[in-house]
Amino acid sequence: MSVSPALGPAIRRLRANRVVMVCLVSLLVLAIVALLGPFLTPHRYMDTDFGARFLAPTFSDWHLFGTDELGRDLFSRTLLGVQVTLFVAVIASIVSLGLGVAYGATAGFIGGKTDALMMRAVDALYALPFVFLVILLMVVFERNFMLIFVAIGAINWLDMARIVRGQTMSLKQREFVDAARLMGVSTPRIILRHITPNLVGVVVVYMTLTIPQAILVESFLSFLGLGVQEPQTSLGALVNGGTAYMERAPWLLIVPATVLALVLFCFNFLGDGLRDVADPKQA
Amino acid sequence: MLRYALLRILGAIPTLLLVVAIAFMMVHAAPGGPFDSERVLPPEIEDNVNQAYHLDESLPEQFLRYVDGVLHGDLGPSYRFRDYTVTELIAAALPLSMRLGALAMLIAVTAGVSAGIVAALKKNTLVDRLVTGAAMIGISVPVFVIAPLMVLVFAVFLKWLPASWAGGSGPGRLLMPVIALALPQIAYIARLTRASMIGVMNSDFVRTARAQGLSTLSIVCYHALKPAMLPLLSYMGPAIAAVLTGSVVVEEVFGIPGVGQFFIRGALNRDYTLVLGITVFYAALVIALNLVVDLLYGVLDPRIRTR
Repeated sequence: MSVSPALGPAIRRLRANRVVMVCLVSLLVLAIVALLGPFLTPHRYMDTDFGARFLAPTFSDWHLFGTDELGRDLFSRTLLGVQVTLFVAVIASIVSLGLGVAYGATAGFIGGKTDALMMRAVDALYALPFVFLVILLMVVFERNFMLIFVAIGAINWLDMARIVRGQTMSLKQREFVDAARLMGVSTPRIILRHITPNLVGVVVVYMTLTIPQAILVESFLSFLGLGVQEPQTSLGALVNGGTAYMERAPWLLIVPATVLALVLFCFNFLGDGLRDVADPKQA
Repeated sequence: MLRYALLRILGAIPTLLLVVAIAFMMVHAAPGGPFDSERVLPPEIEDNVNQAYHLDESLPEQFLRYVDGVLHGDLGPSYRFRDYTVTELIAAALPLSMRLGALAMLIAVTAGVSAGIVAALKKNTLVDRLVTGAAMIGISVPVFVIAPLMVLVFAVFLKWLPASWAGGSGPGRLLMPVIALALPQIAYIARLTRASMIGVMNSDFVRTARAQGLSTLSIVCYHALKPAMLPLLSYMGPAIAAVLTGSVVVEEVFGIPGVGQFFIRGALNRDYTLVLGITVFYAALVIALNLVVDLLYGVLDPRIRTR
């Protein structure tokens, strides 16, 4: 089944957008380097070397990004940070995707009073400072790694729910839904088998926009020391570590800050570009 | 309008109650009591402590007591800062945080709206590209990356400004925190203003005004600005929440003794009541400010009241 009849032209438009292609390629390269990283460098991320503390970036002994206050190699730690950050982002996005699609499709398909009530709840939730609730959760439940994914996903589903609802409302007017209903297919099944597959295009586009948001929350928590814990690390935790020694070893701040900014920048541009491609009217 | 206002106010109350309930349940689902320590207390003392903090009551009783306290502005005692109530801690730190947040919002709206209007009027020129490009960077780079980098450049390398609150005096020490806090919001507001301004400038009534020979300046000031600001108004709610979140980072980076510092210290020390209290306080603040925004929206846009 084709995802969308206009997929061919969409891909052509995507190829023509040079910024988006540059971002896509850089993200792919970064992801591959992060995954292969441990095989590329002789240093492991948790190995301390007190004879080599605060080394500036150097080619000798392959400390490409220098070393930190415990003599750990910043290059391998940055690669681990990228890995963790991307991993958290993808899992959190999947959580928010599941919640958002289920909620939005249900509200949009049922319509009427149920829809009004469900969307009113979303409006109300929009106003909440969710990050504070997540921090509370982290305090109470001991900074559990899995919990970070779920918590971040749980705060990012609102946009997805809104978009999916709008899409569902137009989809349910289509003939194939009437046909399914006529044949006696139950509502949950129609939503699952007939509506959801048609949402894939829109959902993929908006997922690229929720990924940077998830990265932002994760690195925010890690920056405050409430997220990923030692000896594991993430880009946010590395930036935080770098701020403590910025006068003595500025590379400890500059390297992870640049990488984090680059990742977020690329994801944002990619998401924006994909949205323009998928919906040329809005651009 | 009265009906609209009443509905909005009534809608805000359950939202706040919901937050209080979620936050309260989370804290009470925590494994272990607040006074568990290495040292084993004699049972009588433990009973006394539990009684003093009403921990011997059932959960619904404790919850009602807490809600009652919140309604009276009493957020309970801090578990770590002995001899202080959470309300006292917030009250002591609030003025500084308010000044920081209000200044950042002021700068964000002024700079963001100006940049957005200029970009919209010069659409598809170099100026527009510069503004949208800079806005994209501002949106992508989070406060906790901008703030330390600013310290590195302006305090460590150039030595123009103090690196921390304690290391300086006068208005200079507020400059970097306020700008770091405002930058992402400037970017968002500039993008929003640009988009809505372009939409308004293409509408029929602006064309009519142009046909009557009005200058671009007076069209923008007298006709286009108000309708173009409406989408911005609805962004104010999320913006306020973002500035509150950002102020936690900024206070941490610059060592500013505000509410955010207490929040982080409370979170790292597992001071449950303090974290719970500040969460409830921030939620109430955000909900109240959203309510104000909603009511303003109703005043400015008559269409929304009749829905």
